[in-house]
Amino acid sequence: MSTVIDLSHVAEAAPGRSIGQKPPDDVLLDVRGLKTYFHVLDGTVPAVDGVDFQIKRGETLGLVGESGCGKSVTSLTIMRLIDIPPGEIAAGEIWFDGVDILSLSPSEMRDIRGSEMSMIFQEPMTSLNPVFTVGYQIAEAVKAHRNVSKNSARDRAIEMLAAVGIPSPERRFKQYPHELSGGMRQRVMIAMALSCDPKLIIADEPTTALDVTIQAQILELMKSIQERTGTALLLITHDLAVVAETVERIAVMYAGRIVEAGTAEEVLLDPKHPYTQGLIASIPSTVPRGQRLNVIKGTVPNPFRMPTGCRFEPRCPHAFGPCKDFDPPLRLTGPNRESACWLQYPPGELPVKETDAPPATPVPVERVGH
Amino acid sequence: MLRFIVRRVLGAIPVLFGLSVILFLFLRLLPGGGPAVAILGQHATPQLIAQINETQGFDHPLYVQYLDYLGRLFRGDFGASVIDGRTVAESFAIRFPATVELTIGALIFAVGLGIPLGRLAARHPNSWIDGVVTAISLFGISIPVFVLGYTLTFFFAVQLHWLPAFGQIDPRLNVPPVTHFAIIDALLAGNWYVVDAVAHLILPSIALGSIPLAVITRITRASVIDVSNEDYVRTARAKGLTDRRVNSRHIMRNAWLPVTTVIGLQVGALLAGAVLTETVFTWNGVGSWVVTSIQNHDYIVVQSLILIFATIFLTVNLIVDVGYAFLNPRIRYS
Repeated sequence: MSTVIDLSHVAEAAPGRSIGQKPPDDVLLDVRGLKTYFHVLDGTVPAVDGVDFQIKRGETLGLVGESGCGKSVTSLTIMRLIDIPPGEIAAGEIWFDGVDILSLSPSEMRDIRGSEMSMIFQEPMTSLNPVFTVGYQIAEAVKAHRNVSKNSARDRAIEMLAAVGIPSPERRFKQYPHELSGGMRQRVMIAMALSCDPKLIIADEPTTALDVTIQAQILELMKSIQERTGTALLLITHDLAVVAETVERIAVMYAGRIVEAGTAEEVLLDPKHPYTQGLIASIPSTVPRGQRLNVIKGTVPNPFRMPTGCRFEPRCPHAFGPCKDFDPPLRLTGPNRESACWLQYPPGELPVKETDAPPATPVPVERVGH
Repeated sequence: MLRFIVRRVLGAIPVLFGLSVILFLFLRLLPGGGPAVAILGQHATPQLIAQINETQGFDHPLYVQYLDYLGRLFRGDFGASVIDGRTVAESFAIRFPATVELTIGALIFAVGLGIPLGRLAARHPNSWIDGVVTAISLFGISIPVFVLGYTLTFFFAVQLHWLPAFGQIDPRLNVPPVTHFAIIDALLAGNWYVVDAVAHLILPSIALGSIPLAVITRITRASVIDVSNEDYVRTARAKGLTDRRVNSRHIMRNAWLPVTTVIGLQVGALLAGAVLTETVFTWNGVGSWVVTSIQNHDYIVVQSLILIFATIFLTVNLIVDVGYAFLNPRIRYS
């Protein structure tokens, strides 16, 4: 695993990170070259195809991208909740709190899941079990990880319900999910996720299914809890407005890869990757009234026929020379700022297609020796 | 919860009333010279017809007959057989325990095997295990009960002599009938006679349980697979619960709902007489009683039995609904 094909670009893209090596202590989550494939009847879908990103302790990262780009699969892979088969974690490392969790046994992973890292899902309406009271479901999470009595698990659940702003928590404890509104249920999910003081919370589109007014409340709640407890947050969303308000750093995902990363401000105000530029331009409020809304032309590539070059090339308004044949790796374009686009490379470093000579090794795409 | 039960009980009353009218008219409006002729068949003579009309009140106007019939029903008088003169209530008390015993036996077989098989198949969908389970349930649902019954008898009773071929208990044991439940009576008689009673129950239970087994297996499989894909199961796993806990609590508590409904429907149907099985195994229950009564043109008995069966069916369904409301908090208050 320690064989790295070509470190020149990797070293530049991610200083101090190499395969098989424990990340520094201040890094809570380090995802490296992660590939999650699904083997289905028609072939293999590379839902996540070489994803790299880091979250420092207490940091908030927004993972942004349109539907089907692999955001949710990335988060489920980090939780190791992918069904294997049909899923397969084909390559990569996930360092969490100093441990590569892909090397853990299922029972070791269970101890982390819901305790060290927990998850909030998109659908509060269906994510709670209809036949158990919400209090029972929170207390169950506490009891799974802490050696506590039934009563103290109950007290902890009520305390958590109060912490997420649910009025009269003792009464709510005994209620069933169907007696609660969508916003209340999402609060319950948050209470459940927080119940064991996790180091990382993964929130997969936590506000998408909610009313706009409730969305703001839930985001506000998550932000205040994050500030209060100092837990790290991975917020997955397709909504740039949501990340703009909530997170410190943004990673933009496209077709199973990270294409751009940086602080929220940098990425939103000065997007380097044409895909990010397109995403920001297509926010309706950026368009003057009466004008046509901006769209990114075309659709996401067919997962069975990924472009050989840059995956965004077929839709990219700035595509040029190397884009069709060579896949750009992430490149450091500033301190803590990465972009996977040939536009960010000096002309001298661009790969050139050689037609007569045997195909030259293109600029390496992969960092893992597979 | 109480309101729910009361409402369901009240809902059953019009059904029973309607059924009593239909059953009443069904006998009175039989073609070919009225109910007395239908009961007597080829033995009908003017004297006998007059006698039956007299004793059964067939010569009164229809509405008088119906009110009379209804009045007797309320007093628990279901009439008597015109063949042996025994009241329906009397014979029912003897035969119903046998049917209950057979139903319980068939249920133990069907539920005890069907749910584990369904869960097993659901855990490995589309594998060879699933294939074998599917084959078993297809076999169970498609083989006629009498074919399975006689085949079982042939192998396990005639060829292997492992189990008795028919009846509820060996008559040579002279077990005194107290409750008319063969197993309870055998227990009361002591001497390990109960082993003989249980042995008699095995083959008919398998024959009768084959269709419920198939249905329960399929529903369990489908239900478990369905529930396994629910978001809340993912949530349960995300909490770090063990697979066992996720399966036994989060999945099964929900998967039970449709399974309970199906089991309830099966119980209702089984209690209303396993006509074929009771005939094949000479089982002295209500199923074989219906057959003999129809053959004997004993329409008073048939009429009363159908009403009793309907009541049993409604009662069982009511119990199932209450159990369902208990399992599923979503319908408790609606």
